[in-house]
Amino acid sequence: MTDLTNLTIAGARKGLAAKEYSAVELAKAHIEAIEKARELNAYITETPEQALAMAKASDERIAKGEAGPLEGIPLGIKDLFCTKDVQTTAASKILKGFIPQYESTVTSQLWRDGAVLLGKLNLDEFAMGSSNETSAFGPVVSPWRRNNDTAKIVPGGSSGGSAAAVAARLCLGATATDTGGSIRQPAAFTGTVGIKPTYGRCSRWGVVAFASSLDQAGPITRTVQDAAIMLRSMSGPDAKDTTSVSMAVPDFEAAINRGVKGLKIGIPKEYRMEGMSSEIDGLWSKGAQWLRDAGAEIVEISLPHTREALAVYYIVAPAEASSNLARYDGVRYGQRSLGKDINEMYENTRAEGFGAEVKRRIMIGTYVLSAGYYDAYYVRAQKVRSLIKQDFDNVYASGVDAILTPATPTAAFGIGEMVSADPVEMYLNDVFTVTVNMAGLPGITVPAGHNAQGLPLGLQLIGKPFDEETLFAAGQVLENAAGVSQLPERWW
Amino acid sequence: MSVDQTTVRRIAKLARIAVAEEAVPHLQDELNAMLSFVEQLSEVNVDGVEPMTSVIPMEMKKRQDGVTDGGYAELIVRNAPETEDNFFVVPKVVE
Amino acid sequence: MNAPINPKKLIKGATGDWEVVIGMEIHAQVASEAKLFSGASTKFGGEPNDHVSFVDAAMPGMLPVINEECVRQAVRTGLGMNAVINKRSVFDRKNYFYPDLPQGYQISQFKYPIVGEGVVTVDVSEDETINVGVERLHLEQDAGKSIHDLHPTMSFVDLNRSGVALMEIVSKPDMRSSDEAKAYVAKLRTILRYLGTCDGDMEKGNLRADVNVSVRRPGEPLGTRCEIKNVNSIRFIGQAIEYEARRQIGILEDGGEIDQETRLFDPSKGETRSMRSKEEAHDYRYFPDPDLLPLEFDQAFIDNLAKDLPELPDEKKARFMAEYGIPAYDAGVLVLERVFGDFYEEVAKGRDGKIAANWVINELFGRLNKESLDIENSPVSAAQLGEIVDLIGEKVISGKIAKDLFEIIWTEGGNPRDVVEQRGMKQVTDTGAIEKAIDEIIAANPDKVEQAKEKPTLLGWFVGQVMKSTGGKANPQAVNELLKSKLGIE
Ligand SMILES: [Mg+2]
Ligand SMILES: [Zn+2]
Repeated sequence: MTDLTNLTIAGARKGLAAKEYSAVELAKAHIEAIEKARELNAYITETPEQALAMAKASDERIAKGEAGPLEGIPLGIKDLFCTKDVQTTAASKILKGFIPQYESTVTSQLWRDGAVLLGKLNLDEFAMGSSNETSAFGPVVSPWRRNNDTAKIVPGGSSGGSAAAVAARLCLGATATDTGGSIRQPAAFTGTVGIKPTYGRCSRWGVVAFASSLDQAGPITRTVQDAAIMLRSMSGPDAKDTTSVSMAVPDFEAAINRGVKGLKIGIPKEYRMEGMSSEIDGLWSKGAQWLRDAGAEIVEISLPHTREALAVYYIVAPAEASSNLARYDGVRYGQRSLGKDINEMYENTRAEGFGAEVKRRIMIGTYVLSAGYYDAYYVRAQKVRSLIKQDFDNVYASGVDAILTPATPTAAFGIGEMVSADPVEMYLNDVFTVTVNMAGLPGITVPAGHNAQGLPLGLQLIGKPFDEETLFAAGQVLENAAGVSQLPERWW
Repeated sequence: MSVDQTTVRRIAKLARIAVAEEAVPHLQDELNAMLSFVEQLSEVNVDGVEPMTSVIPMEMKKRQDGVTDGGYAELIVRNAPETEDNFFVVPKVVE
Repeated sequence: MNAPINPKKLIKGATGDWEVVIGMEIHAQVASEAKLFSGASTKFGGEPNDHVSFVDAAMPGMLPVINEECVRQAVRTGLGMNAVINKRSVFDRKNYFYPDLPQGYQISQFKYPIVGEGVVTVDVSEDETINVGVERLHLEQDAGKSIHDLHPTMSFVDLNRSGVALMEIVSKPDMRSSDEAKAYVAKLRTILRYLGTCDGDMEKGNLRADVNVSVRRPGEPLGTRCEIKNVNSIRFIGQAIEYEARRQIGILEDGGEIDQETRLFDPSKGETRSMRSKEEAHDYRYFPDPDLLPLEFDQAFIDNLAKDLPELPDEKKARFMAEYGIPAYDAGVLVLERVFGDFYEEVAKGRDGKIAANWVINELFGRLNKESLDIENSPVSAAQLGEIVDLIGEKVISGKIAKDLFEIIWTEGGNPRDVVEQRGMKQVTDTGAIEKAIDEIIAANPDKVEQAKEKPTLLGWFVGQVMKSTGGKANPQAVNELLKSKLGIE
């Protein structure tokens, strides 16, 4: 029998319906794969018993002809989504042992549609990072390696566990979240597909908050079609989230074969940055050619405030985070360190509970909001953010349907290679993805090739608000042209 | 703008994060690196630009008045480091 | 703010007169079933952490959703204070750490409140009315409760109150005496209770005041103020202001300076003291709450609430004066509570409003106070009191007898008219009976009759005798006329 972990979600859906194998068999295959792959450190918490119980229930529903859209599909869940009675840590020491008594809206919708929980996936602490090296549970190791080299590579971040697990076939798909690129960058680093939908498409209720005005959930999968299938289940209005849009969820899957004939695709000149590798540059032109060949019109566009986006991000995100993370005070849940009085308890709890990157961002966020600096930093940043959104509005008003850019300035780097670098250098990983969060737009990254060392490279498509369908259509064109995204050899 | 060590200590107090004295200089360098990075924004012309409030324009959802939640104190305190009779217990707060 | 200085309000210091300047921030709990941003109950008390949702406990990933009734209540209150209603307001986060503040921030409205400037008209005394400016009203979350006396080294935290909706009503520094301040709070409380937007229960802390006090030489710019936090009775507000004003004057007259600080009022000592623990510099880092969108509504929303507002104390007072011809002070007393006005109108309808007001205020309220009963449980109903007023009007009983009758109804109940019949309390107007009594007295006192011819004031003595012999039921006028003619006095 073929290795069930190699299936796509679409393929497994067919096989399960045709009774070629059972949901329990599918779950078992993945549970075994996960056990063999502990060295990748992709999962913080494995839930095999739960997986088998859910799979059993799926088989019963399939037998009764009551299968849901994701019936029996084994998924990994980023450990930022609160899952009832299953430890949820945000990869932080401060939440070690936290057992939510509620289920996030997004995951509850996945279970509603029949999906199966394999476990909780590793990430950068509180989703703050671009290499999954800030996790209190240790870094995630990418299933990819450079040609003839055993050096450990980062999977990207913050959804590093999600991307690595999907690429390493430790689940058929995974949930992820994206605040500045945390879905798209790791997807690009691991040769997987990642989509961050329009802000408000997925409910944030029950997802540990990093930066509320930027956070969006989305899937990481091995194909564009699988991403469309998963996103449909994850999306939808939620009365518990004021910022979730009251808008019907389209059948994203129906859009994947629309093609791009007659679409106008913009190439933003500001994204051609000095020092950008010829590999990335070449891949970008190749992507444009693929779309042109499929009947799209390619036009150069200008997004003048692209350069400032990263700076805006590193004011707005830490500011919101400094406030969002104030609740981790050792009073109601999580870890508490002792102190002679309440303030010492707070200070010790937060000093020992948070890692260096999180503390750094809380500090900078606290500073930019503090008296005397609020207008100079936060208000100004929010003004520039308006300008960034305006840039996109103008481009779309001029008839552009979607925008093509590189996903990342480079391929994945080695674990530890960036520790010497100062924070800002690490932040440059997000330079192509962060503008999308600033403007609340949907963005998808699709595997488009490999660099000279055999590491995956991705392309990003940016869409109009709530026009994820065009991204799936164009993404499918890229996927077809680039050839089936090949998966890494098992070396673990 | 850049921060001195007194500011670093003040910010750490505000954020309720204990910082060892020897860690202050390093933290100061990191914060200043970030601040000089975001300095570029001061060159952007933002005259007459409204700061962004909601990235996707929409009307705020509201709930109707009515008790639909609560009544599960034991679940509220279940994860707490220290409790007594469903109270959270913390080191004395001096008024 | 710079109203003409009223010398009567100035405080005599050792070195001359001082003017006290008072402004207030009142926190009024919004009357609603559920909390401002969650579906948990607002009921007072309850088992620890029982009226708490995952949102109120600030569990990871929880989000606020606003209770639309709280928005309506805030707008109603704004309208009741003749204030500007802002069609667009914004919720901000006020960041600070405290165990009864689970989120690590309070959701409040800093830059753009839901209600802007307004004015409240306040009767300070029988003959003094002032206008107190309202700066703003905004919606915000209440905090939980930290209990410090259950354990020697630990505090216990209960979040039942956490997230309950409050209206913070900020006055302008328009008050110049503790009496004005007390009257302002009382009036605001009356308005809130008329509107039904806050029950005004100060014992439960549902209405509490932060009082800002400063002193200055008459006509000089504002002095440095101190804020006295969370005073929860009108009497204490008065005491706190009196103490604080004198404390500041003392310091200034000794050549000292006032440092701007937050202070607490200690009712047992009648003193205010500095809250040292809170002195570490605050930096609240306000910024718009990214979990919430701006709060927006249109004029129609406001108009709908406006047309359903009840008659408010000021309008009712004016109507009582016009409709029943009663003096301003009486009218003022009768509108203090909605139920007072309702009771009075039931008594006064179709009767003499002045007599009705006199009986409701002096007899009924006086008696209720003595027995510390509230009007809802008055042993004498409005219908019964009305009947008594009728009997007086019809001259069936005299005012004096009426007091006895009121006493009987208060203690024994019953229909006043029947009681008057059964107990023969009617006043005698039939001259025959009176003449008889007079003739007997004249016959019995020939000497007095003689003196009366020279000394008419003796008439009073005769009247007394007649009333005595008729058990006080004789109609006084009738007695007078008959005596005059029989004694031949003009
Ligand atoms: Mg205040
Ligand atoms: Zn307040």
